[in-house]
Amino acid sequence: MAAYSRDPAVSAREEVLGRIRAALADVPPDDEVPIPRNHQRTAPPDVDVAHLFAERVADYRATVHRVPAGEVAATVAAALAQHGVRRVVVPADLPPEWLAASEAEVVRDDGSLSASALDALDGVVTAAAVGIAETGTIVLDGGTAQGRRALSLVPDTHLCVVRTDQVVGTVPEGVARLDPVRPLTWISGPSATSDIELQRVEGVHGPRTLVVLLVD
Amino acid sequence: MTATFLGTPAFPEAAKRALQDTQLRANLAHATATIRSKRAVVVGERPDWEELRLAGEALKDQVLRHLDTYLVQLEEKVTAAGGTVHWARDAAEANRIVVDLVRATGETEVVKVKSMATQETDLNGALETAGISAWETDLAELIVQLGHDQPSHILVPAIHRNRAEIREIFLAEMGKVGEPAPPDLPAEPRALAEAARRHLRQKFLRAKVGISGANFAVAETGSLVVVESEGNGRMCLTLPETLISVVGIEKVVPTFADLEVFLQLLPRSSTGERMNPYTSIWTGVTPGDGPQAFHLVLVDNGRTTSLADPVGRQALRCIRCSACLNVCPVYERTGGHAYGSVYPGPIGAILTPQLRGIESEIDKSLPYASSLCGACFEVCPVRIDIPEVLVHLRARVVDAERGGVPSAEELAMRSAAWMFGDHRRLESAQRAAGLGGRLFRRGRIGRLPFPFSKWTDARDAPVPPAESFRAWWRRTRGTRR
Ligand code: SF4
Repeated sequence: MAAYSRDPAVSAREEVLGRIRAALADVPPDDEVPIPRNHQRTAPPDVDVAHLFAERVADYRATVHRVPAGEVAATVAAALAQHGVRRVVVPADLPPEWLAASEAEVVRDDGSLSASALDALDGVVTAAAVGIAETGTIVLDGGTAQGRRALSLVPDTHLCVVRTDQVVGTVPEGVARLDPVRPLTWISGPSATSDIELQRVEGVHGPRTLVVLLVD
Repeated sequence: MTATFLGTPAFPEAAKRALQDTQLRANLAHATATIRSKRAVVVGERPDWEELRLAGEALKDQVLRHLDTYLVQLEEKVTAAGGTVHWARDAAEANRIVVDLVRATGETEVVKVKSMATQETDLNGALETAGISAWETDLAELIVQLGHDQPSHILVPAIHRNRAEIREIFLAEMGKVGEPAPPDLPAEPRALAEAARRHLRQKFLRAKVGISGANFAVAETGSLVVVESEGNGRMCLTLPETLISVVGIEKVVPTFADLEVFLQLLPRSSTGERMNPYTSIWTGVTPGDGPQAFHLVLVDNGRTTSLADPVGRQALRCIRCSACLNVCPVYERTGGHAYGSVYPGPIGAILTPQLRGIESEIDKSLPYASSLCGACFEVCPVRIDIPEVLVHLRARVVDAERGGVPSAEELAMRSAAWMFGDHRRLESAQRAAGLGGRLFRRGRIGRLPFPFSKWTDARDAPVPPAESFRAWWRRTRGTRR
């Protein structure tokens, strides 16, 4: 490896930037690499985006329920009961009517719950910011009814309510809808590993159960 | 200085040993075949795959050719978002920065999410010397760490271990560093994953410091991206109070919108999924959500040496998907350890000698660890012409031996002895000779240096086959594209 000068008067920042400039001596100052952007931006017009989203989420062995708005509370209640969620944490601004039919004890997050306190809860209910059909992805951005990131991470069951008007066809459309300043979590199925002999196991550290309600 | 696995012999020597390990070969063959076919399915699903590759290639080239500008922009944005940016000339400096940052928190343990950059700098060793315990939290990294072992694959570092071995490691080692594995632990993937979950849970919940790498760093916004599967990444990025991300200077992408290209290329190439289970993107510090102290350590450690080589610098486009490993006939037979570096396979063969130089025997031999079949280029999501760089580096190795003809000859003989020492390898060589001859005529990769030029001689390597090696490989191994 090249011997680096270690002039203590030169900061690492200046030295690294200096090395980069020296390394790029062959690049003309007005150089600009043309970026071909001919990849698809939208799904083909004949694709039913909501249907594809439901199908692709289910491909990851998540459970998907497609329901009319009037049935959210009943579906949430049934799903929580089915997965044995007795104590559920929700973001402070989650619409209360979503849990109106559930018998689970509801803990509203005020930001003070520690990681261990969250670990003692069975499940979490959140909304989402964007759904991406072709990859079966849900994106949470900490906005309305989504809460801080730890909420949808520590409890073992995550129930996520996505409206069909939040679902886009492709990854480019999804990226275009997102605000990079917000902390973003892209979720495509439950946590999984294939680290042992390439055999897929659902459920490692993130929620082992993911239930998605797709609301028309 | 970049970590060299101690006592690693030169590639032909290490490869010879690995070839004798039938368990390793069986594991590898199974693993690479599985990922290859998964990848082929999800790549085949994208009619615009080539367009995505072309966009990815161009975006990375644009960044590399203006790297100073993009890094300064990244620094500005991260700082504006409440983060602190540090610069490290080499591995030792990067490690020192991280050790100092951890010490400043008063903590003596950290949780880590898999990061090639910190493997490259051997950060864990530096932390240990400083009395700080670093817990690897990826299942595979945990297996490697508990087994006092070295990773052998970028994506599945414990690919060389089977379930029975993993069970043994968990039973023997987990209890020494935390929650023990249950004594009746079955050698079954689901149970082993559950044991890992339980073992790491307490470490996540109490962790005050997290250490990560990043798959991408967005210059325009200062956002960092970590792509993962298990949720251990989210744990490390979300629960601690302090987050330290150690990132190679080549990880930059120009704009947030450009993630639309890379978040399609990476998961499909890497795990063969439409999308990986979890991707975390964060920009500096968010009040009330996640770590309230964020440090970004930008690491050179030889990257600027590679950048200075107009042919070799394309290796810095690499997004560490490991697709090239999974299609490489040499990798499949020898495994990752033979490459003597954290970067195995075709990418390792071109990256390691550039990052570390070609002084040592192992690094000198790496550019020869290939039959130049070209399968790696075909699968590379950012279109790195690995054969071109290999040939270029071979020329540099030979040049470096200038005035020492016997030494170059010795090199040639060693390489030839390795290739011809086994009938399968000989067949590869013969097929490569057919391809080499064509490459020669087309002039695509220029002069094939000695000793590889011997392969183009019909007297040494018999009649070129009707079917190219690449075609044969595709047909017999079921890879597409
Ligand atoms: S060289 Fe290309 S194929 Fe290989 S790991 Fe890097 S990006 Fe993937």
